[in-house]
Amino acid sequence: MFEEFLERYAYFLTMALLVIGLYGALAKRNLLKKVIGLGIFQTAIFLFFIEGAAKRGASVPVIDPQTGAVAAEYVNPLPHVLILTGIVVATATTGVAMALLLTIYRRYHTLDEKRILEEAKR
Amino acid sequence: MTDRYPSVIVDLVSRAVVPAIQLFAIYVVFHGHYSPGGGFQGGVLLAASIVLLRLAQGTEESSRSFPTSLGLALAALGVLVFILTGLVSMFLGGAFLDYSHLPSPGASGPVLRYFGILAVEVGVALAVWGTLVAIFDRLVERTDDV
Amino acid sequence: MKALAIVVLGAFLAVLLYAEGDLPPRGDPEAPANVHVSPYYIERSLDETKTPNVVTSVLADYRGYDTLGETVVVFAAGLAATLVLIREGRRQ
Repeated sequence: MFEEFLERYAYFLTMALLVIGLYGALAKRNLLKKVIGLGIFQTAIFLFFIEGAAKRGASVPVIDPQTGAVAAEYVNPLPHVLILTGIVVATATTGVAMALLLTIYRRYHTLDEKRILEEAKR
Repeated sequence: MTDRYPSVIVDLVSRAVVPAIQLFAIYVVFHGHYSPGGGFQGGVLLAASIVLLRLAQGTEESSRSFPTSLGLALAALGVLVFILTGLVSMFLGGAFLDYSHLPSPGASGPVLRYFGILAVEVGVALAVWGTLVAIFDRLVERTDDV
Repeated sequence: MKALAIVVLGAFLAVLLYAEGDLPPRGDPEAPANVHVSPYYIERSLDETKTPNVVTSVLADYRGYDTLGETVVVFAAGLAATLVLIREGRRQ
C-alpha cells in the first residue's frame, strides 16, 4: 500500500495543485488573485506532463557520444519540448492579462469583481 | 516609467552585473546544442538583464542604452529571421524549414541541419527578448490618471 | 459563492482520484508515452543533426513548424499587450 503511494506520489501532488489553483480562480473576488490562481493551475499541468516523461534510472536527454543512443537510458524528450513552448506562451499571456487588468483599473478604479459588475450595470 | 533606485550600491552592482548576465545569456543560446538551454532560456535571461537595468537606473537614463521602442522591433526581427530560414530552404528546392537545402560552401546533410537549428534558436531568442521587454515597458508606463 | 466553489472542486477532486487508478506508475519505461515516437528521435538525433541535445533538435528541427507557431504567438501577445495599453493624449 505504501509502495503504491511511493510510486504515485507525483500524481497526488499534481491534483493538490490543480484544486488549489481552481479554488483561487473561482472563489476569490479580487481579479489579480484570479489570475494568480490560473497561473497555479498552469503550473500543475506542466508538472503533470513532466512527471509523465520520467524513466527509472535514466538521465538527461543529452546523448553521450561514447555510449551510443539507447532509448531506455534517456528521459523521454517529447513532453519537455511541448512544455518549453507552453511555459513561454504562458508567460506572454500572463503579460496580456496584466495589461487587461491595468485597463480595467484605469476605468473603474477598483479590482474587486462585485464592485466592477455593479458599476458596469449602471 | 520606473524611478532610479536611491542607493549607490545597487547602481554600481547593476552596472557590473548586467553585461555578465548578457554574456551568459548568449552562451546559453549558442551552447543549446550540447547542454540544456537554447533560444527560450537565453531570451528570458536577456530580458531579465534589461529589466534589471530599468529598475536600478530608471527608465529615463536606461532608455539611452535601450530605448523603449526597441522591444517590439527586436521581436519582429526575431520572427523574421525564423521565417527567412524557412523560406530560403523552400526557394532552394526543399520543403519549408527543411534545413538540408540551405546554401552552404561545401557542407551537406547533418552539418547544414546543425546550422539551421542554430539560426532558428537565435531568431527565437530575439523574439522572446523583445516581447518580454516590450510588455514590461508598456506596463510601467505612467499616464495622467494612474 | 465560496460554498458552491468548494462543492464543485470536491466533485472535481473525486473524478481526478478515480482517473488516477488508470495511470501507469511513475518512471515506467514501457508506458505508452515512452514507446511511440520518442525512441525514434533519441536514436537518430546525433546522426542526422549532429546535435547531442535531443530536446533542442526535436524543438527546432523535427518539430520546427510548431516552434514557428509558438514564436508568432509570443509576438502576437506582445502586440496585444501594447495595443490594449496605448493611449492618445498627454503622457509623462
